[in-house]
Amino acid sequence: MAKIFHSVRLDADKCQGCTNCIKRCPTEAIRVRNKKAYIISDRCIDCGECIRVCPHHAKYAVSESFNELIKYKYRIALPAPALYGQFNNLENVDYVLTGLKRMGFDDVVEVSKGAEILSSATREMFENGELKRPVISSACPAVVRLIRTRFPNLLGNLLPTCAPIDLAAKIAREKAKKETDYTDEEIGVFFITPCPAKRTAIKSPLCHENYGISGAIAIKDIYTVLVQTMDKLKSEDVESINDSGIIGVGWCSSGGEAAGLLKERYLAADGIENVINVLEELEDEKLNDLDFIELNCCTGGCVGGVLTVENPYVAKARIQRLRKFMPISCNALEDYFSLDDLGWTKELTPSPAMKLADNVITAMRMMSKLKEIENSLPGLDCGICGAPSCRALADDIVRGYAQESDCVLHNIQVGGEDDWLPAPFRVKVQNEDVGEKDED
Amino acid sequence: MADSIRLHYDVSGTDFTLAGAASSDVKRTLKQLGISPDAIRNVAIAMYEGEINMVIHAGGGEIDVEITENDIRMVLEDHGPGIENVELAMKEGYSTAPDNIRSLGFGAGMGLPNIKKYTDDFRIETQLGVGTKLILKVNI
Repeated sequence: MAKIFHSVRLDADKCQGCTNCIKRCPTEAIRVRNKKAYIISDRCIDCGECIRVCPHHAKYAVSESFNELIKYKYRIALPAPALYGQFNNLENVDYVLTGLKRMGFDDVVEVSKGAEILSSATREMFENGELKRPVISSACPAVVRLIRTRFPNLLGNLLPTCAPIDLAAKIAREKAKKETDYTDEEIGVFFITPCPAKRTAIKSPLCHENYGISGAIAIKDIYTVLVQTMDKLKSEDVESINDSGIIGVGWCSSGGEAAGLLKERYLAADGIENVINVLEELEDEKLNDLDFIELNCCTGGCVGGVLTVENPYVAKARIQRLRKFMPISCNALEDYFSLDDLGWTKELTPSPAMKLADNVITAMRMMSKLKEIENSLPGLDCGICGAPSCRALADDIVRGYAQESDCVLHNIQVGGEDDWLPAPFRVKVQNEDVGEKDED
Repeated sequence: MADSIRLHYDVSGTDFTLAGAASSDVKRTLKQLGISPDAIRNVAIAMYEGEINMVIHAGGGEIDVEITENDIRMVLEDHGPGIENVELAMKEGYSTAPDNIRSLGFGAGMGLPNIKKYTDDFRIETQLGVGTKLILKVNI
C-alpha cells in the first residue's frame, strides 16, 4: 500500500504513553504500544483532535517554516480568513495583508477571494440542478476524510469542487506570471493555514492535482513576527489589498459557506462530535429536506483550527466586526473561471481502513469472533490495553494486532487473582462495607 | 450456511435520546463487513423507524438481528397495545401518536410505510393488548 501523507505527527520523546488521545480520535486511529502512542496511518484523517487533547504536547502538526521562502525568488502569501481574527483592535484587514508583504512576501492573495468564487460557483451548480441533495460541503478536508473512512455511503453528496485555497493559488500564480518574468519554479505560493488537515489536502489532494501551492505555514508560526511588523506600520504605509467581502471572509467560521449560498434550507455543524452526529442522520436519510450541509471538524469552524492563536469565539467576534464595513462580495465565478476549471479530476473512493476484510464471508467470520471477544472483555473501556475501547481491542485482536492477554482484567475474569489491582478494577468483593448502597 | 452474526438489543421505552442506538450499532457492524451501502441504508432506516415506534407506542421492546451472507433479518418485538387496524396503520400519513410526540417532530405517519418501503420482506404480527412483532428482511 502506498504511504499516506500526514501532517499530524507524534513526538515520541514527549509522549508519556497516557490514554488521552486514543479516546478522542474520531476514527480510532491511535493505539498505545511500548508506552508510546502510535498513529495508524490509513485511519488518520489529520483532524488534529489529538493535538488539542495531548497534555504533553507530543502530537504536533508539520508545516513549512518561514525559512522555506528563501527557496523561491517570488513569494506569495495566501492568508486564510481565519488569520484576520487573531489580532486585537484591528480596524482594517489591509494592516494584516500589508504586514505579510513587509515580512517578506512579494504578493498577497486572499483565500477569501477563492471562497467568494466558489460560493458563486456553487450557486450556479445548484441552479443547474446537477448536485445530489443534500449537498455536503467539501471545504473541510478532515470532514472529507472522515466521510471516506466512516461514512462512505455519503461520498456522492460531497460538493465536487476544489477548495478556496486552490482557486486563490491559481489566481496568484497566473497574476505573478503575467506581472513578472519568473517561472513557475521560481514562484513560491504559501498558504497561511489554520489547521494541519488543509496542509495534508494541499500536499496530498484526494480529488485533483495540486493547484500550484508550494507549502503551508501555520498561523501560529508567523504570528509573533507578523504582529511586530504590523505594529510598525504607519497608516500611510498600508496598501489597499483587501479584495473580498462579507461572503468570502465569512467562510472562516461555521455557517459562513452556507450563508454564501443565499439559501435558507441549510444546516451548519461544527466540532467533530457534532459533525459525526449529523453524518449519522444524513446517512439514515433523516435530513432530506435540506439543500446544503456545512460541516467543520473544528469548533467554531476554521477559526477553531489547532494552528490558530486566538480562542475561536473571540476570533469570530472580531471578524464579525471587520466584515461590517466590507461589501457583500467582490468576486464572481465568471470573473476568473468556468465551472470546468474547479471540478474534481479524480474519483473519490471509500477508504477501506475500517473494513475487516475484502471478502464478506471472511469479514463475517472475523466479526463473529470480534463479538465473542468483545463480550468476554470487561467493557470498562479503561484504555490500559492501549486501545480506545474494549470493542476496539476486540477489533485489533481479530486483525492480529493484539491479543486477549493485553487486557489486564481479562486474566482476572478467567479466574486469576485480583488482590493486586486497584479497587475500581477488582471483580471480587474484598470488603463487605464497600459498595453498600444508602438506604432509601 | 452456518456463518451468521446475531445481535440483540433492548430498546428502552422511555428515553427518546436512546432511540437509534441499536440501528447505529448495526450500521457500524455492517460497514465493517463491507456490505453494500444500499443495503446498509435500508437496514438503518427500517430499524430506526422501528425503534422510534417502540418508544412512541409500546414502551420499548427487543430487536434481534441476524446477518447472513445473503440477507439481514430483523425481528422487532414489543409488548405494547398492539395495532387495531393494520391496514390503516400502513397508510402514509396515518398516525395515532399523541400531540406531545408530534411536537417533537415524530408521528408523521410514515413509520410503518417506510419500514415496508425499505425492506425486501415485511411481515407484521399484532394482537391488541399483547404486542406487535415485525419480521423484516433486507437482501444484500
